[in-house]
Amino acid sequence: MTDAASLSPSVHTTDEAAVRLKKRRSAETRLKAYGMIAIGLAALALVALLWNIVARTMNAATEHYIAIEAQIEEGEDDFLKVVKKSARAGFPYVSGRSGKRELYGLFSDGAADDMRRARDAGTLETGDAVPMRFLMSDTADLYMRGEFGSLENQESAGTLAIEEGGKAFTLRTDTGAFTDALGRAKAGLAVEADSLRRQAARQSAGITAQEARIDSVTGLEREDMLVQIEGFKAARDRLDGQASALDALVTGDGDTLLELSDRMASFFVEANGGILKLTEVSADIARAVPLVPMNDTDAAANGAWSLRILDRPEIGRPVKDRQVAILETLQRDGRIEEVANWKFFSLSDSTQPEIAGIKGALIGSMWTMLVTFCLAFPIGVMAAIYLEEFAPRNRFTDFIEVNINNLAAVPSIVFGLLGLAVFLNFFGTPRSSPLAGGLVLALMTLPTVIIAARAAIRAVPPSIRWAAMGIGASKTQTVFHHVLPLAMPGILTGTIIGMAQALGETAPLLMIGMVAFITAVPEGITDSATVLPVQVFNWANASERAFDMRTAAAIAVLLAFLVVMNAIAIILRKRFERRW
Amino acid sequence: MSDPIKFHCKGVDVWYGDTHAIKDNDIDIHDNSVTAFIGPSGCGKSTFLRCLNRMNDTIDICRVTGTLLLDGDDIYSRDVDPVQLRARVGMVFQKPNPFPKSIYDNVAYGPRIHGLARNKADLDAIVEESLGAAGLWDEVKDRLAAPGTGLSGGQQQRLCIARAIATKPEVLLMDEPCSALDPIATETVEELISGLGKRYCVVIVTHSMQQANRISQRTAFFHLGNLVEYDTTDAIFSTPKDERTIGYVSGRFG
Repeated sequence: MTDAASLSPSVHTTDEAAVRLKKRRSAETRLKAYGMIAIGLAALALVALLWNIVARTMNAATEHYIAIEAQIEEGEDDFLKVVKKSARAGFPYVSGRSGKRELYGLFSDGAADDMRRARDAGTLETGDAVPMRFLMSDTADLYMRGEFGSLENQESAGTLAIEEGGKAFTLRTDTGAFTDALGRAKAGLAVEADSLRRQAARQSAGITAQEARIDSVTGLEREDMLVQIEGFKAARDRLDGQASALDALVTGDGDTLLELSDRMASFFVEANGGILKLTEVSADIARAVPLVPMNDTDAAANGAWSLRILDRPEIGRPVKDRQVAILETLQRDGRIEEVANWKFFSLSDSTQPEIAGIKGALIGSMWTMLVTFCLAFPIGVMAAIYLEEFAPRNRFTDFIEVNINNLAAVPSIVFGLLGLAVFLNFFGTPRSSPLAGGLVLALMTLPTVIIAARAAIRAVPPSIRWAAMGIGASKTQTVFHHVLPLAMPGILTGTIIGMAQALGETAPLLMIGMVAFITAVPEGITDSATVLPVQVFNWANASERAFDMRTAAAIAVLLAFLVVMNAIAIILRKRFERRW
Repeated sequence: MSDPIKFHCKGVDVWYGDTHAIKDNDIDIHDNSVTAFIGPSGCGKSTFLRCLNRMNDTIDICRVTGTLLLDGDDIYSRDVDPVQLRARVGMVFQKPNPFPKSIYDNVAYGPRIHGLARNKADLDAIVEESLGAAGLWDEVKDRLAAPGTGLSGGQQQRLCIARAIATKPEVLLMDEPCSALDPIATETVEELISGLGKRYCVVIVTHSMQQANRISQRTAFFHLGNLVEYDTTDAIFSTPKDERTIGYVSGRFG
């Protein structure tokens, strides 16, 4: 303290100190900002996920029915036949094999199932014209949801004269009503021509590459190469020729009839109560075939007819033009009903998306979780109690402890392999059963439960143990009367984390056959079953597009299951916590 | 010195692993009186106290040798069940540690696990008697269902004493029971201990020499694991014989 003057002013009030202060404060502000950004991003991701799932689930919330009359004879058993017969009766103008096949394609096999169920319940009416709702097929249902684009409506321009000529009709206007349709068809051709030219260019590139190498090879190899080059050239010329032919069509004037193909947009004319499909088109004149017959062939006045366009080419969608026409007619007549899809919860898996439901997987998950919980919880808690309270500290218990911690990090598919080898092959547990699945998931969940339970038991203050032992409680009494109740909230939290993990687990269940296609609802833990995440996995892999929305719905059900499980755990935990 | 001898300890050694915590101590603890263990921190007084009800058994590395006789029976013999022993030798700890249960359940727990009550009325009587003996009955009789942890520090410590009494022990061990309490609560608890000393063999570890002086009939001074001096409290505080005792009692070290 000899140099007291140097301490004044204080080191905490100098300019340097001010700079340090500013630095520290900005570091804190930065850290806070990082935190907020991280939370914001996480919240955004969560909202996006939920929005996506909910939006797609909404599609699966309803299904479409076609209301027509059914012809059901007394004692009828083949309901698929009834559906076909009723379809033919409802749409008598549909003829030809492909036409009928397309007509039947609008109806789901589920319609026959509905009738069979009604028959079994004794509520099926019989007769020649029973009003009935027929479940729509998945593709038709997707069309109704606008999955293949919606039918554009171009209001009529001028009078439409209709001339009958054989099977087709000739449609005439004098106002250029088809100019837009022609333009679109030509645009489609131009795109196709471009695509052909690109293919031709690839052939040219091949030719150039081979010609660059041809001087470096001799003999047989050279001859081979020459043949190859010739092949490339022929292909290029062919593609160029096709492109030029299309170009000629595109550049043709508006009065030439352009032939339409299924690679272009589909054009329909709705007039006199029928729907015609255009096969050739020019600005004023078009040729068309009837898909839904007209009442008469009188000229349609301006405003009484319309041109309708579906942009996606017929070849690129599973719903054909005839089906579109029939669906549009049904829609116009108010004979399509959209009702809540409760079947999703009452039916099990199916190859047909419109009659595929979640019930089997839901029940399967419940059974599996029951087995998992009944094994993992008591065994895990008992193991934790033994290790924490009773086991001597020695090399052997250390070894066990290290292994438990390692097991928690083992990839779940390894547990699946273990289950396959031990439970299925050695003990002969039924394949695909909730018992086998529950056993495997219990193994997977055990380390989590043990670790959480040990942490919770260790967190109980030792003073409680002393208090109990100080008045002569045995070790067992101490643990079960005092330590365990206090540790229970923590144990339950750990258990629920483990169970949630198990609920969403797919990989180990694939190994023990729970991925099998199972349409029955499991009635016990030894029946074949599948579980929710595996169902999601299966549906996500399915080729039918209608499974998309059901995948989303199944995910929503899985999340709901999880929320319910967590809610139960929270209620239980609060119960225990209320005991001070 | 007319009180009968409750604990007869001879050649007691305690090791924590390689640490020799108690070194060959002999002491006789008398019934119906308060015996205080004093000494600087780490001198082994708490360790010795914990030998008396075998609480040291819960520590894996702890080893106790020598003779400790309770009413003439070796408490470290193979035939003695430590759990049974702890019912006879109750213990109160430094920090009040009521169970996170109701006041009633705190006191009733011991009688319940030892089967001391035949019916609910019996149990009620034991609870009332024990809380009365701990001087807590009048304060809590209207809220027996309230959590024991909701009481004040002094009340909690008296609840712990009531809990210990409820099992009808012969000996009460107290490990610095007042060190976590304020002076007023301390006074109440001290009065309680003095009263208990007339009926039980009470052994108390304390850091406060005034406390030892106030409530105990005999005092033992420990230093570095040795029992340096053991005599009546009056003798220890007025005419200590050992240099170390003189130093500690007069406040020169410790």
